[in-house]
Amino acid sequence: MSFADDLKTSHTGHAEASHAPSRAESLLAGSLRPDFPIFRQRVRGKELIYLDSAASAQKPQVVLDTLHRFYAEGYANIHRGVYRLSEEATHIYEGTREKVRRFIGARETREIVFVRGTTEAINLLAHSFGRGVLDLGEGDEILITEMEHHSNIVPWQLLCEETGSKLVVAPMDDRGQLDLDAFAGLMGPRTKLVSVIHVSNAMGTVNPVKEMIRLAHERELPIIVDGAQAAPHVPVDVQDLDCDFYVFSGHKLYGPTGIGILYGRSELLQQMPPYQGGGDMIRSVTFEKTSYAPPPGRFEAGTPDIAGAIGLGSAIYYIESIGFDAIIEHERRLTAYGEQVLGEVPGLKMIGTAEEKVGVFSFVIDGVHPHDLGTILDGEGICIRAGHHCAQPVMEHFCVPATARASVGIYNTESDLDALAAGLRKCKELFGA
Amino acid sequence: MSDLRDLYQELILDHGQKPRNRRAIDGCEQHESCRKADGHNPLCGDKLTLYLQTDGDEVADVSFEGAGCAIFTASSSLLTGALKGRTVDESRELMRTFLTMLTDEEVEPDPAALGKLAVFAGVREYPVRVKCASLAWRTLEAALDGAAEASTE
Repeated sequence: MSFADDLKTSHTGHAEASHAPSRAESLLAGSLRPDFPIFRQRVRGKELIYLDSAASAQKPQVVLDTLHRFYAEGYANIHRGVYRLSEEATHIYEGTREKVRRFIGARETREIVFVRGTTEAINLLAHSFGRGVLDLGEGDEILITEMEHHSNIVPWQLLCEETGSKLVVAPMDDRGQLDLDAFAGLMGPRTKLVSVIHVSNAMGTVNPVKEMIRLAHERELPIIVDGAQAAPHVPVDVQDLDCDFYVFSGHKLYGPTGIGILYGRSELLQQMPPYQGGGDMIRSVTFEKTSYAPPPGRFEAGTPDIAGAIGLGSAIYYIESIGFDAIIEHERRLTAYGEQVLGEVPGLKMIGTAEEKVGVFSFVIDGVHPHDLGTILDGEGICIRAGHHCAQPVMEHFCVPATARASVGIYNTESDLDALAAGLRKCKELFGA
Repeated sequence: MSDLRDLYQELILDHGQKPRNRRAIDGCEQHESCRKADGHNPLCGDKLTLYLQTDGDEVADVSFEGAGCAIFTASSSLLTGALKGRTVDESRELMRTFLTMLTDEEVEPDPAALGKLAVFAGVREYPVRVKCASLAWRTLEAALDGAAEASTE
């Protein structure tokens, strides 16, 4: 059977999730770990404990197999050749687009644009929507929140520098929750665009995006949702949310690096000028005039990351086969457990204690700098992130230069969090803190 | 934990928690014999300001302001202790020896030349932390060269 035939079920098909409650139990027991080859290794003789999925998630074997088989058996460039290999590669690539459409509940397949990742998606929107469609100018305002990742701050600042527009920031409280009243109040007559993070990467806060979208639309404002940190943890339905744009990355979703998704409402994408020029995004080219392809092709200049897209399709299939009901229940239990065991570590202060949050634990410990925590935990085979998490304004809010951050994925267990808590106690002991 | 003890030795923990000479040199801007430079590690956000007061060819006083991880703080603190009383040329030489120890595994640390600073030899095993140990020294280099800033990018 050819690679393309093989993929037809696993790839363009829809995986049926198994029974959720019992599945969540098995996730808690680490049943998915054997799917991830990275966990076969030992770190300094110890089991690898990976608690940095918020930075990037590990990859299941099925994704690696798909990448390998595509390159080994089904590879050719897409949208070009008249030969079978190219046709099949195109078919799988476009089939993945349809798969993504269904995964996020978009109305039309052409509303799905393949990009390099969330960062590129937002830069594309700043250029092609902020400047290209909204034609932002002097004194116009873009509203974001205090908990944005740098990737939803800097592209807008670049645009503001160019156009004289202004970035307006909705504040959060000391638990790391958005002040929704202030957010609504900051949408004024000069506001032209709203761009908000769905789930905070630095604290795990889940924002009430549906309500935020409603508030923006009440004022007829377009709204972008940065779903990089949300897509692996909560089911996303862009029609139910009613957002205008939704962006996320493949690599946090157990898929390959170098691939991400920009969802845009069809009528908006159609108004947008290209972001990059090149092959595959044109209708016809002469030296006098070039006309552009309709979306999504208009935004996919050059040979895209074909294998990355197909690998992402495979990751989505894998996630669907587990099912979000089980993923959410697994994570809810781990979050509660993590809060409990970390809360028992003396001198540990949690940064970001929102009512609604995913399994991201950001913290500081009296007398031990986060980087020292990171190094000592590494010695125990435990991977966490230490630093500002590309969210320096969040660090500033809490008056800390950096935090240590542990974040969970579908492969983590309660014993990973026990190991973390034990590792932190060792840090304190070593430092006499 | 034993290999971590090689990194986090008592001397580093002590200077990390109770850094010496963490203060500004008052009126540094007004004196030609006083130089200052800022150091920044954009990757982790560590920042410091290094002050260097010379008397003729000799380092009369050296101090720093800034806070960060134990490796960074201890390295800054021990730098200030190591330089006082040395000539500017000797300080440069020490800086080179120290940075070589951090980055070149082929070179055995020379305890006679490095004194207490040899305690940082363990950092070589942790490449991402080399920048923490070297930031103050890179900033010293900037101050000696009359540059305003150093960065361990």
